[in-house]
Amino acid sequence: MQIIPLFVAIPLGAAFFIPMVGRKNPRLSDTLANITTLALFLMALSVIGKATQVYWMGGWVPRLGIPVGINLVLDGVSIFMLVTITLISFLVTIYSIHYMDKFTSKARFYSLFLLMVAGMNGVALTGDLFNLYVFLEITSIASYALVAFGGQHEELEASFKYVVLGCVASTLVLLGIAITYAMTGSLNMAQVSTIIGGNFKPIHLFTMALFISGFGLKAALVPFHAWLPDAHPSAPAPISAMLSGVVIKTIGIYALVRVMLNVFGMTPLTSYILLVLGTISMVVGVLLCMGQDDIKRFLAYSSISQIGYIVLGFGLGTRLGIAAALFHLINHAVFKSLLFLNSGAVEYATGTRDFSKLGGLKDKMPVTTTTAVIGSMSIAGVPPLSGFWSKLFIIVACVQAERYGFAAWAAGVSVLTLAAYLRMLKRTFYGQPGEAQPAAREVPMSMKLSMVALAALCVVMGMLWMPHAQRTFLIPAARVLQEGLTYASSVLGM
Amino acid sequence: MHYALCLALFLVGLYGVMVKRNLIKIVISLVILESAVNMFIIMIGYRKDGIAPIMSKMMDPEVFASRSVDPIPQALVLTAIVIGLGVTAMTVALAMRLYEKYGTYDIKEIRNLKG
Repeated sequence: MQIIPLFVAIPLGAAFFIPMVGRKNPRLSDTLANITTLALFLMALSVIGKATQVYWMGGWVPRLGIPVGINLVLDGVSIFMLVTITLISFLVTIYSIHYMDKFTSKARFYSLFLLMVAGMNGVALTGDLFNLYVFLEITSIASYALVAFGGQHEELEASFKYVVLGCVASTLVLLGIAITYAMTGSLNMAQVSTIIGGNFKPIHLFTMALFISGFGLKAALVPFHAWLPDAHPSAPAPISAMLSGVVIKTIGIYALVRVMLNVFGMTPLTSYILLVLGTISMVVGVLLCMGQDDIKRFLAYSSISQIGYIVLGFGLGTRLGIAAALFHLINHAVFKSLLFLNSGAVEYATGTRDFSKLGGLKDKMPVTTTTAVIGSMSIAGVPPLSGFWSKLFIIVACVQAERYGFAAWAAGVSVLTLAAYLRMLKRTFYGQPGEAQPAAREVPMSMKLSMVALAALCVVMGMLWMPHAQRTFLIPAARVLQEGLTYASSVLGM
Repeated sequence: MHYALCLALFLVGLYGVMVKRNLIKIVISLVILESAVNMFIIMIGYRKDGIAPIMSKMMDPEVFASRSVDPIPQALVLTAIVIGLGVTAMTVALAMRLYEKYGTYDIKEIRNLKG
């Protein structure tokens, strides 16, 4: 039994099945969705440390070393992304059990949610450029619908904005794929990379520009970020957590670095573009986030800033830089989901997200407050929490690559992030009790459970840098990306 | 020449998405944008006086390969059209719900969010 296609097939099947059986019975859809995501998480854990495996869809194996069918590739980076996606989606479905009670048609919510997970798992696994586009669109369409799930004025407006920009992004990506096909006559990533083989023509630069702007729009890097601060806060809190935690990373950053590093190969120019884009996102994101008065908009702008760190790390192109970027990617998935779930808990308890009405919630909501403090300190880089280690290693990698200017920016932004988060904590949980404080009460069990689990992860994730975990989890992922064009030979078995 | 027309269509679509204020016109521009890319993909596989890429038993494989058009772009475009249809349906549904809520299609008047 092959495990690779099941990562896509299980959530896809469950997305179809849940609305059929769970329409009358919301508890049944809760149970089914949680079993599905738990199964996916366990499957992802079971493949950690395995060697590269390739699955050819429909038994179309390559003839004479030339691929004829679509393949799914399970290598170090794919495993890394699968673990991140399934971990967050499992904890988010636990949270949804109670949070989504106030919405109608829970079964449809889970259906769209699992469709999104199926799309993301597909993006992480695929070894074919056009297949990448298809999974990208599955994820995007499900997330457009989920942003509009509340059906109120703001949700619809944000979703429309997101659809228009998302559609333009997908079109750019498709155009890039079409030109790649015209140049090489192949859509298989491994074969395209052997044909291009690191020697550049001007047309490759044009294609790379299309990919950078397309995936950059999906990842909300700074010149392309306008949709994110509207779309992420408008979605229900579990979806905000998914969008900021994993969606922008999978269909934006992961797809971008996979295409840039493994298919086209890293050049000094791409490296420099990624470094500059990362730094601009980092700085602009944190500056914009300082002035926000809505807790979820605040977190959304902060996501842009943290995405900047990840892109900066990848842009360095060294083993340490890439490993640190991946490390920050999984850490950011954990603490940003935690913070969005906290903001959801605050909204659940008080009915508002506005700093001017919040304040003094620490006595009424002790669990939410404690977990929010852990998450905020982790994102701000306070030792010994996970965020400190990943930011430290990104800065060390900058210094090691002799990019001192970028290292200084990264360190400076980290200080600003701390200031911004202290303000958020003071306005929400500490300080003067606001007008929404008297009615607040602690949230139900399932929501507490997933927040506590994520907070515990924030504390222990720093351990991923310990030698053993690093060797089995981080380094294989970083090696695949850093060694770039050897990807082709490992997939095609040459 | 064909490619230039295709580019022109792409730019028309991009212009519409960026400049138009009516929600429905924006949706139409997105469809134009998609069509331009689909047409581009079809043209990659086109061959003058080519035959349809369906091989019968009578044909010699080498002659077939030298005369038929490339079938892969056609398969890609079929998929891309289906995806485009899904996105368009989604967008039109959103536009209709927005009209119900705001009573207008004008994006200048739909401005609750700061952006």
